[in-house]
Parts: sequence; structure tokens; C-alpha cells
Amino acid sequence: MHYHTPATFEDAVKIAAACGGVTRFLAGGTDVLVQMRAGAVIPDDLIDLKHIPGVRDITRTPEGGWRIGIAVAGAELGAHDALCRDWPGVVEGMELVGSTQVQGRATLVGNLCNGSPAADSVPGLVAAGATVTVTGVNGSREVPVAEIPAGPGRTVLQPGEVISAISLPPRGENGGDAYLRFIPRTEMDIAVVGCAVNLRLDGDTISEARVALGAVAPTVITVQAAADAIIGTTLDDAALEALADAARAAATPISDKRGTAEFRTHVSGVMAQRVARLAYTRAKGAGK
Amino acid sequence: MSKIHVTTTVNGDTVEFLADPRETLLDCLRDRLGLTGSKEGCGTGDCGACSVMLDGRLVSSCLVLGVEAEGKTVDTIEGMARGDDLHPLQRKFIEHAALQCGFCTPGILVAAKALLDQNPDPSESEVRYWLAGNLCRCTGYDKIVNAVMDAAAEMRGAA
Repeated sequence: MHYHTPATFEDAVKIAAACGGVTRFLAGGTDVLVQMRAGAVIPDDLIDLKHIPGVRDITRTPEGGWRIGIAVAGAELGAHDALCRDWPGVVEGMELVGSTQVQGRATLVGNLCNGSPAADSVPGLVAAGATVTVTGVNGSREVPVAEIPAGPGRTVLQPGEVISAISLPPRGENGGDAYLRFIPRTEMDIAVVGCAVNLRLDGDTISEARVALGAVAPTVITVQAAADAIIGTTLDDAALEALADAARAAATPISDKRGTAEFRTHVSGVMAQRVARLAYTRAKGAGK
Repeated sequence: MSKIHVTTTVNGDTVEFLADPRETLLDCLRDRLGLTGSKEGCGTGDCGACSVMLDGRLVSSCLVLGVEAEGKTVDTIEGMARGDDLHPLQRKFIEHAALQCGFCTPGILVAAKALLDQNPDPSESEVRYWLAGNLCRCTGYDKIVNAVMDAAAEMRGAA
């Protein structure tokens, strides 16, 4: 295995393009090293992206959003007060990934590119409307996070393409987001159902919303009908009931050792309601 | 496969070793540097027995490549005691009998120290969540948590 430490993303994709065999990009390594050890993926070329300037930085964009480097670890997100104030749901999703030790290394982009439908950080990013910069030999383009997963363990990234940054939009006024998952224990588990809600209030009324569900379909899904169920409401009981109906209707889960399809479908409705209440409360707090 | 020359700082000392790029930091610590305090339990980042500090951040050294340590600072269990003077956490683990077979102990001590360095007065819940990635098959955890709480109290001067 050849170990590369390029100084730019352009060099990184050039190396990848020139390599004939199995290539992996390395950031936090919490999935790549496990796959290497298991023999599931033995890269011929391992391209460590952490020597590229800026990959450990969290920076405010001129528009008031955030640009997060691809090697920023979960623990570093959680320690960033201003980012946590703007996007608590995004941060709390990432912080649910693994142990304290894993938090010292694991990254948002790694969680996204691992392609798990149950990835805890992805619903929050999707609900927030986050985008990633995809860099290839022919240049870079911005892609919504929601469009990256293609199925369990798969993404739409082409061979030689790499995600070079992740961007969150400006939080704006009277907004709130949240992520919760259901697991049968209290820590260190994989989501049976995950749900993120991002919304904005006009007074007490929800003016904008986005709802994302994890672990109930081959990819994290955006549920427009669930958002429509609460937009224009004050999240009253009728709206919450409509929200749960829409979430259950959108869920197409499998049955596995973590839960049956019937259970996951039911819990999708429960989680959507809880997360919407939490996001609503945060949006109210943000408005004061 | 040619080996890569790595220069890094381990427990305050500059060290050098040659690493196959596939070798983990844990393997390099144990096999290249003879620092066998960090243990391999699972090798997949689930058990915490290989916990070390990398540039001040708690990580599983089985999920770090040795070549990634180039130019970094690594702190392991071997650097915790000052000569014959045990760290308060180490003393309290003995006092509370917070270990039996001892395999998980180095990782738990490193992880617990990382917690107390940033939060000198953790609640029991905070200790339990922080150490959720450190598995112990002997003790049932209560004695470990008690030892960490007691060490924290002593280090605050509240014991």
C-alpha cells in the first residue's frame, strides 16, 4: 500500500486518477481502518487528506453560513460554541457517532461517504440544507448532501472524486434544528430510526421546514409531506398527528436485528413528533 | 513495501521509528517502541483498550496509522505516573479495586484523565457517558466510576 500526503485537493484527485488499483481517501479513518483490518478493503493507494491546509478549520462564510473542513472531528464540532448555537441539530447528530475516542477522529464527511442509511450525522445535514464541494480532476461542484448517498455503502461520487468541504447555510432568524435517534440502549449503538427537523418561525407559525429520516430506507430521505404537514401551523396536535402520518407513510424500512419494519415505521412517527417539538422550542428560544 | 520514517513525540520524548504504512499507531507503539501498556482488545475502535492522546485528543490508537503520527504528540499510559509517584487516578483505581484482569485499565486511565483534564468535576453520568467506549468484562464498571469520581474529588482538593 502506498501512503500519500498531498498538499492540495487538486493533487489528491490527480493521485487518485493516476492510481490503477483500489484507492481510499483518509480523513478520520474510523471506517477506513476498520475496513482495512477486516480485509474488506485493502487499498493499493491511501491518500491522507489531513496535510491539506484548512481541512481542520471551521470558518464563517461571508454570507453568514459555515464552511467545515473535511477532517474536523466530532469533538471539535461540539467544542465550537458559535456553530453549536447556529446548528445544534447538526452537531448533536455527529456527536452521537461512536465513543469519545471515535469522536476524536470521526468526521461529518466520513460519516456521509461511508454511506450508511443509519448514519447519525446525515439527517441533520440534509434537514439543514447542507452542501458539499465535490472535487474531481475536471474541477469542483457544489452538491446537496441529500444527493450524495446512493444506497447502503454507496454514494454518487465517481472514482477519483473527493469531497473537499462541507457548507452549512446561514442560520437566519427564528430558526431551530434538532436530531434524535431511537436505540434500545443509551449510548454506543446504531440508529433504529433517526430523524432531523429544521424549521423557521414567523411569530408562532412555522414558515419553513425540512424533515429528514434515517435508517428507514436505503438512504437518508427527505420527507416533503412531513414538512408540508407542519408548515403554516403552530405545531398544534393536529399538525403533529399529520406529521407522524407523513413520516410513517414515507418510511420503507427493512426488518433486521435492530428492529422490525413495523416497529421502525411506528417509531418514525414518534421521532418526527419529538424532534419537531425540540426544533420548535429551539426556534422560539432563538427568537428571544 | 518500503517503510516510512516517522518522527513523533511520545510522552514528551522525541522518538523515531520505521513503519509499514498499513501498521496502526497501536502496533507501532507496542512493536516498534516497546510501549506495551496500550492494549489491543478489538482492533476496530469498539473497546477503548488502546486509548491514547493524539495532539491532546482522546483517540483509539488502533484507528490511527503509525505514519499519521508524524510530527504529532502522543501521550500513552506509560507517561501517566511521575517516576514512582502514581497519578491520583492510578492510586484510586488500586484503592477502589477498580480492576481485575487489568487489560482495559490503561485505556480507561488514559480516557479518564482526558475527562478530568477538561472537566475536573464531572457528574457520575458524565463519567459513564465519557467512558462508554471503554469496555471492561470484569468489574461491572461501578468500581471504575467510583475510582474516577474519588480521584476527581482528590484532584480538586475536595476529598
